Amino acid sequence: MTFDLLAYAAFFLTNALIFGIICLGLNLQWGQTGLFNVGIAGFVAIGAYTSALLTTPDAPGRFGGFGMPIVVGWLAAALVTGILALVIGALTLRLRSDYLAITTFGVAIAIQLTALNFQRLTGGPFGIAFIPRPFASLQGNALAFDVANFVLVAAVTLIVFVGLERLVRGPWGRVLRSIREDETAAAAIGKNARVYRLQAFVLGSAVMGLAGAVQGHFIGFIAPDNYLSTITFQVWVMLIVGGAGNNRGALLGAVFVWGLWSGSSALTATIFPPDQQARAASLQIVLIGVLLAFILVVRPRGLLAEPATVSRFVGRKSKHEPKIQG
Amino acid sequence: MNLQFIVDGLFAGAMIGLGAIGVTLTYSILRFANFAHGEFIAWGAYAALTLTGLIGFLVGHDIAPLGPFSFGWPLLAAGIIAMALTGLLALALDVILFSRLRARGNAIIMVMASFGASLALRSLLEFIFTDEPQYFSREIQIAIPLGGGMRLTPDQLLLFGLAAVLVIAMFLVMSRTTIGRSMRAVSENPTLASVVGVDVERVIRATWLLGGALACAAGIMVGITVQVRPYMGFDLLLPLFAAAILGGIGSMPGAVAGGLIVGLAEAAAVPLVGAGYRGAVAFAVLIAVLIVKPTGLFGLRE
Amino acid sequence: MLRVENLAAGYERGVPIVRGASIEVAPGEVVAILGPNGAGKSTLIRSIAGLVPKFSGRVMLDGLDISGLPAHQVVRHGLAFVPQTENVFGGMTVSDNFALAAAVMPTRERHARIAEMYAFFPGLEERRALLAGRLSGGERQMLAVARALMVRPKLLVLDEASAGLSPKMVGTVFEQLKAIRATGVTILLVEQNVRAALGLSDRAYVLAEGKNRHAGTAAELWNDTAIADLYFGGIAEREALA
Repeated sequence: MTFDLLAYAAFFLTNALIFGIICLGLNLQWGQTGLFNVGIAGFVAIGAYTSALLTTPDAPGRFGGFGMPIVVGWLAAALVTGILALVIGALTLRLRSDYLAITTFGVAIAIQLTALNFQRLTGGPFGIAFIPRPFASLQGNALAFDVANFVLVAAVTLIVFVGLERLVRGPWGRVLRSIREDETAAAAIGKNARVYRLQAFVLGSAVMGLAGAVQGHFIGFIAPDNYLSTITFQVWVMLIVGGAGNNRGALLGAVFVWGLWSGSSALTATIFPPDQQARAASLQIVLIGVLLAFILVVRPRGLLAEPATVSRFVGRKSKHEPKIQG
Repeated sequence: MNLQFIVDGLFAGAMIGLGAIGVTLTYSILRFANFAHGEFIAWGAYAALTLTGLIGFLVGHDIAPLGPFSFGWPLLAAGIIAMALTGLLALALDVILFSRLRARGNAIIMVMASFGASLALRSLLEFIFTDEPQYFSREIQIAIPLGGGMRLTPDQLLLFGLAAVLVIAMFLVMSRTTIGRSMRAVSENPTLASVVGVDVERVIRATWLLGGALACAAGIMVGITVQVRPYMGFDLLLPLFAAAILGGIGSMPGAVAGGLIVGLAEAAAVPLVGAGYRGAVAFAVLIAVLIVKPTGLFGLRE
Repeated sequence: MLRVENLAAGYERGVPIVRGASIEVAPGEVVAILGPNGAGKSTLIRSIAGLVPKFSGRVMLDGLDISGLPAHQVVRHGLAFVPQTENVFGGMTVSDNFALAAAVMPTRERHARIAEMYAFFPGLEERRALLAGRLSGGERQMLAVARALMVRPKLLVLDEASAGLSPKMVGTVFEQLKAIRATGVTILLVEQNVRAALGLSDRAYVLAEGKNRHAGTAAELWNDTAIADLYFGGIAEREALA
């Protein structure tokens, strides 16, 4: 019984940490740089599919089947996602922030549609199966398998966390934050704001792609339906609950909200009869949506908020976005 | 070449245009991209559907459709009531959520909130009605040939006409009435507007009411000619944004023109790339606009 | 007509820009508010107009406390404000600008009042179909003033009416203000152009660092060496400029 519990705990935390990695990527984009990415699901999908295509065995009628090692898949996932982010960012980062939101939203939809329709590349609605799982040999022993995977994912999370922390606490991060708070001041000290933003966007997206690959290999199977805007939404809730701007908050938010999500899933599964499960899932989403709205109104800085690094009295960001006095 | 896509495209474009008017108004007056606008379309359609059923139930017997159309007076009555209700829904969402965030002057938080609200509203529809598609009527319509290989159903013709009437009415409101001028004023300079005596709160309320009502009309159009399902609004969101941005944020004629263009582009693309990629066409239009002229066709300011 | 009692105001709580200013304007007067840059003159009248939050003190208009009123109601009580920049709707035509301003008035009076304003400001009528943004600087200023007068205000408040205008245009604008004054409208203006301001005004206040510094009749202040030092570097220098 305890083994089952431990196995489940490991499984739970593995999933939570995968989301945590995505949150770290989003934190770099939003928390540190103020970029509003509403297409997270798309970047995660790109990473997952890239790695899947590179590492799976041959499948009839579908491109791929290179059978490469998992590590190669993961690194390629991060790279390809980063390149895609480079193209998108170069086109849109110069525009106002809500145009970036709309564009990234469109990107995610375009990616999902491609995954769904481009059967020869992506397997279409059937997705890609037989993705090699780490520690596949342990699959017979649930506890060993779950714990081993947990340790692996935790290690990846740690590496990403430490890497990002160092970047963020160093000079690069300082420039990012100064640009986020007051762009004109940043321009005055000669830093090309656009280049820094692009770097943050690309790196953050690469991290998201990596998480997508890790998730794909953990589950062993991916399909277009895994990458709906629900994921984007979940990640945003996690980051906001945890406290935007803060890497620790990102991870904590991920674990907390994942717990909330899984808990409510379990609850609705027991309360609602089997034929009403789909409706129960909708209700669950309603509650999470309301939760996000509630937090935004009541405590937008989240549980572990980061204080502004530039004095709030120095200029107002709303120079660019005129205020409406309600 | 089969020109049917022109008919389909213009019709789809009219629906997108109606929705895009609300998006562009909200964007220019309230200054944020409202991701929940699609849900006004969906809620409007479901409201009309429910009310039609309710009226039919109250009347007690089956009501024959009017003339060559697939619906009778209950739908028309339900439609008007639904438009008002959807306007109120939009207003209620503002009161509950957006107005509380407005004072902070941060558009991004409002977009985020609208994203959350959109998810909640859509899932609530799914919860209440399940995701099974529903229909206003099961009547099969005979299409009227127009020449050139084009055909149009009576429903489409009437709805297109009604959409045109709504658009013309909106133009008149914006150009000749005090509330229309006030809305244009707030869109350009809210501070000066209040100095001139415009009650900005009142303009904001009007914006939500009008936007919601128009979205409902678009939803009913989609519902009658295609189907009603919870994701119907969300699926239109990208075309709505593309149309509003293509036309130029804040420009109502732009929203309508943008809608028609996006509709035509989608219809023209389907024979080429297949129906599956229809949703990506709006995305392509959006990217093209952002590369070539981000302020759009009639864009006033950046 | 207008009494401002010890007003403290600013854009953010805890950062007062106006730190206790008091002003009085009697009916029919023209009063100017002068002072160096950053003195808070603009913030003061914007606060009076209802655009900037007040922290303490009050504003009385004809015995009525208007301190808590939002801008769109202040104008309905007879106080019309002409901001310094962005004081017309550039994206709307002249006639739309007029129509919007007149919307505050009762419907039956609007048409006549608009006609009166066109008569008072010749040059705007022939441009009525033009977008306000295409008008010249001087024409735009006139439109801004006409728009404010549309509501038959008791008190006309102007923020640096001369800003950005050529000396000749400044003269024209102030001639207009003189004519407006003759119709019985009380005027309060914030001005950097001391000569033009004191030429038109009966009295003036000098503000510095958010508080009252000097006050007096126009003649008194014009001959005041302290003011001359402040603005021109001395009375002799000022005369040299004339």
